[in-house]
Amino acid sequence: MLSLNRVSKFYKVGTFGGKEMAAVRDVSFDVKEGEVVSLIGESGSGKTTIGKMVLKLIEISRGSIVCDGTDVAAIHGAEVKAYYRHVQGVFQDPFSSYNPIFKADRVFGMIRSEFFPGVPNSEWDAKVDAALRSVSLDPGQVLNKYPHQLSGGQLQRLLVARALLLELKILVADEIISMLDASTRIDVLNLLAELKGRGMGILFITHDLSLGNYISEKTVILRRGAVVEMGATDKVFGNPTHPYTKVLISSVPQLHKKWAEVEAEIQARGGDDAGTCLYHRFYRPTELSGDSTEDRPAMIKVEDDHYVGCFELGQGICKV
Amino acid sequence: MTGLANTEPKLESPVGAPAAVATVAASRKGRGEFLYFALRSKKFLFAMGILLVLIAIAVLGPMIDGTDPVATDLLPMQPPSTDPGYWLGTTSFGEDVFAQFANGLRATFFVGLLGGGLAALIGMAVGFTAGYRGGWTDEILNMLTNVVLVIPSLAVLIVISSYLKARGVLFEAVFIGATSWPWAARAIRAQTFSLRSRDFIDLAKLSGRKGWRIIVEEIAPNMSSYLFMTFILLFGGAILIAASLDFIGLGPTGGMSLGLMMFNAVTYGAALLLGYWWWFIPPGLGIMATVGALYVMNVGLDEIFNPKLRDI
Repeated sequence: MLSLNRVSKFYKVGTFGGKEMAAVRDVSFDVKEGEVVSLIGESGSGKTTIGKMVLKLIEISRGSIVCDGTDVAAIHGAEVKAYYRHVQGVFQDPFSSYNPIFKADRVFGMIRSEFFPGVPNSEWDAKVDAALRSVSLDPGQVLNKYPHQLSGGQLQRLLVARALLLELKILVADEIISMLDASTRIDVLNLLAELKGRGMGILFITHDLSLGNYISEKTVILRRGAVVEMGATDKVFGNPTHPYTKVLISSVPQLHKKWAEVEAEIQARGGDDAGTCLYHRFYRPTELSGDSTEDRPAMIKVEDDHYVGCFELGQGICKV
Repeated sequence: MTGLANTEPKLESPVGAPAAVATVAASRKGRGEFLYFALRSKKFLFAMGILLVLIAIAVLGPMIDGTDPVATDLLPMQPPSTDPGYWLGTTSFGEDVFAQFANGLRATFFVGLLGGGLAALIGMAVGFTAGYRGGWTDEILNMLTNVVLVIPSLAVLIVISSYLKARGVLFEAVFIGATSWPWAARAIRAQTFSLRSRDFIDLAKLSGRKGWRIIVEEIAPNMSSYLFMTFILLFGGAILIAASLDFIGLGPTGGMSLGLMMFNAVTYGAALLLGYWWWFIPPGLGIMATVGALYVMNVGLDEIFNPKLRDI
């Protein structure tokens, strides 16, 4: 349904914009109906940029994003509005997603005036009520309040409710869990699972591997704007191949393990990967600055629905 | 993992449950909130009171008094008294100071409103457009702003004025408005730059809002007290520029203004030397009270506009 085809984003930097900095390089993946795709990466890996390009908030430098036959880069004016009827986003910081001087429920009013201008009050109120209840919010507690009078979790769920007012096909959820506390976290996750069940495609952007593992069918691991490993979640997590993925997975703190043990394990492994910075070993120096395709590892299929981009695939630490 | 699924939200809600819908409907009320808080702000009411008194003098003064501000048929050099025509005394030419003050106040408000208002409008248009659009639009508008900024407006005005046979208050106001906007534009541009990258702007875009509506409904209200302060600064600035122009003899050729009163008092009447305080104190006080009241009003409005500053 949503398909990214070799999408890149460059920013001009330096005096007179003479240099280019790549934020996203040649990223391709699909989000199908009823599927959750997690986009996992560290800060600055370009995951938010990809989300914003899907939402047409940032222009695409190269490549294309196609949603249901619509080329996102080619639409203008009324077509963009029609696109937003089916594709919506929820952002990371609930507090900055609201205009602080207006009441929080104004986000619903905007949807109404732009997308449902003719709907009578009673019908609209029922719609808002249903949307709020589906995110487990009590209308009496959250309506007619200012953003600073509500909690982060309430605000975040209000934003999901806002998106539910439309006929959504794709939801871009950019780190929507990271600002929530543990108890509301699981509510929102289960809500996403329910939406998935209704046939919605969700692009779940996160830096938290366990969240990605919990909810998604497909996982895309990003580093420095490029995909290093992607495929079915159980394959990526069950058989991590790229060294970066391995580092990521082994660095997740585990409930029954202390850091001292992890440190000892790394020491014991010794050899190749002990002590060196694994991040840089699998990128040639030219690749770090330039953007020529030849310097970038191609995505190679290691098994069904499991792809890895690594220069040293099959050698040393990158053995399948 | 099994324990995680025990709080599943219900998507099938009782649609149309009457009580809940009433709650949703009730959230639409509560408009006259601005007025509610405005009437509870002492600073706002205090400043508004002073401004209303000054406006009343400017509007009603000439109607009640009825004296020609430049008629010289009264006793000269009279201190203030309760006799009609002598409320604020007379000048050394036998003119009524109160009539001059009331008419001068009219001209002052006119120059301030028109000059300051025009500058604020141009400044906002340029600042918002440049800040929100960015890119080449910003480059061009910024260049224009900088060009106008470095034009020595006083020198240009002296040159233009020397060619004009008759100068009116209107010309003065328009010229001040057309030359004093660049600082406002730069400040508004900078504020817009920082606001446009906030998430709620993205959310408004995702809601299908058009660019100009985002500026007017999302960005501008966030800096409304700032915009009002800009207007106040430009209002006060326009009054002060007009006063200084009048004071160096480039004021309106027919008519009266507070600056012109001071010019006459100092230049022709030697009021400072001879101690005719009633001739130059009222216009000075008038300018000070007008600008001061607008400043206090700005502080009050900040508390009204920003819900976080309200004490609830």
